[in-house]
Amino acid sequence: MSEAWATSPSHGLLRVAERAAKRSRSTGRRRMVLICGLAMLGIAIVVILFAPLLASRSPTAIDVLHPLAPPLTPGHLLGTDQYGRDTLARILYGGRIDLAIAFGATSVTLVFGTLVGLIAGFFGGWLDSLLMRIVDLFFAFPFLVLIIAIIAMLGPSIFNMFVAIWITSWVSYARIMRAQTVVAKKQQYVLAARTLGYSRTRVMLRHILPNTASAVIIFSMVDAVGNIILAASLGFLGLGAQPPTPEWGTMISDGQAYILSSSWWLATMPGLAIVFVGVAFSLIGDGLADVLRPGER
Amino acid sequence: MAESLAEPAAEPLLTVEDLHTYLATGQGVVRAVDGVSFTVGQAEVLGIVGESGCGKTVTCRTIMGLMPRRTAFSGGQVIYHPNGGGSLLDLPQSELQKLRGAHLAMIFQDPMTALNPVRSIGDQLIEAVTAHASLSRAEAHDRAIGLLIRVGIPAPERRMRDYPFQFSGGMLQRALIAIALASSPRLLLADEPTTSLDVIIQDQILSLLLELQLDTGMSMILVSHDLAVITEVCDRVIVMYAGQVVEEGEVATIITAPSHPYTKALLEALPQADQRGPLRSIPGAPPSLIDTPAGCRFAPRCPLALPECASWVTELVQAEGAGSRGHRTRCWRHREVGKVGAWQASDSA
Repeated sequence: MSEAWATSPSHGLLRVAERAAKRSRSTGRRRMVLICGLAMLGIAIVVILFAPLLASRSPTAIDVLHPLAPPLTPGHLLGTDQYGRDTLARILYGGRIDLAIAFGATSVTLVFGTLVGLIAGFFGGWLDSLLMRIVDLFFAFPFLVLIIAIIAMLGPSIFNMFVAIWITSWVSYARIMRAQTVVAKKQQYVLAARTLGYSRTRVMLRHILPNTASAVIIFSMVDAVGNIILAASLGFLGLGAQPPTPEWGTMISDGQAYILSSSWWLATMPGLAIVFVGVAFSLIGDGLADVLRPGER
Repeated sequence: MAESLAEPAAEPLLTVEDLHTYLATGQGVVRAVDGVSFTVGQAEVLGIVGESGCGKTVTCRTIMGLMPRRTAFSGGQVIYHPNGGGSLLDLPQSELQKLRGAHLAMIFQDPMTALNPVRSIGDQLIEAVTAHASLSRAEAHDRAIGLLIRVGIPAPERRMRDYPFQFSGGMLQRALIAIALASSPRLLLADEPTTSLDVIIQDQILSLLLELQLDTGMSMILVSHDLAVITEVCDRVIVMYAGQVVEEGEVATIITAPSHPYTKALLEALPQADQRGPLRSIPGAPPSLIDTPAGCRFAPRCPLALPECASWVTELVQAEGAGSRGHRTRCWRHREVGKVGAWQASDSA
């Protein structure tokens, strides 16, 4: 009889519940994902900022005596390419362009697209129709073709690559944001905010935006990785960074020819750099999804 | 509540005259509010009672100017006396915005959805406190804490940091009341503030509202489908049916001597403690507000109805009997309402 409590179903239930409680108490664990992502990105940024201190040579310096040196060669930790340029130095300096694209291109499209979507969804009517038809116009073209056409018009350069992304990429944010805003503005807390005499701008920015921003912010993390890969693709096509400027995408495309001839590191090392930064952004996106939506678990 | 009631129209705060709100829908024009007039005096609590869909909420939202402009069309006058003699319906949104919150405030039926889910309670309170007054961060914070204490939320310092999902329903409604009262409004519209709460909490919230009303001297419009709630709190009551006022008067008069068959039926539908057997209800359903029948709108469900009722040009008439001051009813047979005994609802279900 004295053991009855131990086998009773309520006891088992209690244990399960206690375990779940312990798990939910450690919301810190959910935050860990975000912290890991931020730490990885932080490492990448620091390393790239201090490239001149960490790289022993210039990214464009040619070591004629050691072309295609394998990793761990003295003086060339990650080896050299076909011209004898140091791979480590090229990755560190090249990261500047890739991270600049991840931040510079994405942040502008995030802010602009979010505002357009917010305004369209909030005010509705003809303004909404007009803005969304413009968005449809952009979606009607194949994305890459549109970007290539713009760069071809402006001339290939890194700055023009930014411009092309700014012009074309905001539309996804606008569409996501509009859909979220249309749902949010019917919520009772928006009505309640209006009964308190808050201005439309305040209702839009302080009540609707915080409820809808998580979707676009999480999407922007995916988009940042997408933009790095886009920069790489454009570099591959010769429309992005021009040689000899180091950039991860161009490094991969240059190294492709050597993968099968056993000089695997030329393409692999910058590829790993992209993966590292990509994972960092993804973890930040996942972490933010938890942190930005309190109570929704 | 008090025995010596002030003349309702002696010192009016809000006058609603012949208010109409028509809603354009896919099925046709819904005459949601169809000629409603009433007055709210200074420091008076007015109850609006009626079934779902009789126009209570639309009346409130029209007063606040919250109906969508593309689909809702309002006529008549809403005069908020401290703002002069003009109708609120003619004010531009920017002017209304200054009145909302500072002069007119509203609380809602479902506190779970009336607060922003991603912002802390404290953040939203501070926003409400600073919306119509320029205060420093510290002053605003202190005012917010004071409001939470005022509405009876324990450990307010800690609760300020909580999010709405961490509050219970009753606590949320308290927080919502605190937010509505942040700028000391003169008139509070409470749209079914206790409907989504259980009975114990309902009682606490009503007591709180009444206490705050007595303290601040604000006026209040309490909307409810529950006559028990109305009698507990209000001075005067208007009974709405199908977009119209069917009876108005002091609460004591209305509950002891109802002069409209609909009010009487509502009273009889209240379950009594000693009642056994099936619950009473009113047979039938309210008429469609799209093709509203001519004559008395309650006639199809009314046990007193005569063929003449369908052609009667309805109007509010003075009711008779003791305490009949300001007691008016929209029934031409109002003298007979009191005479029939409790009519058993012929509800066969």
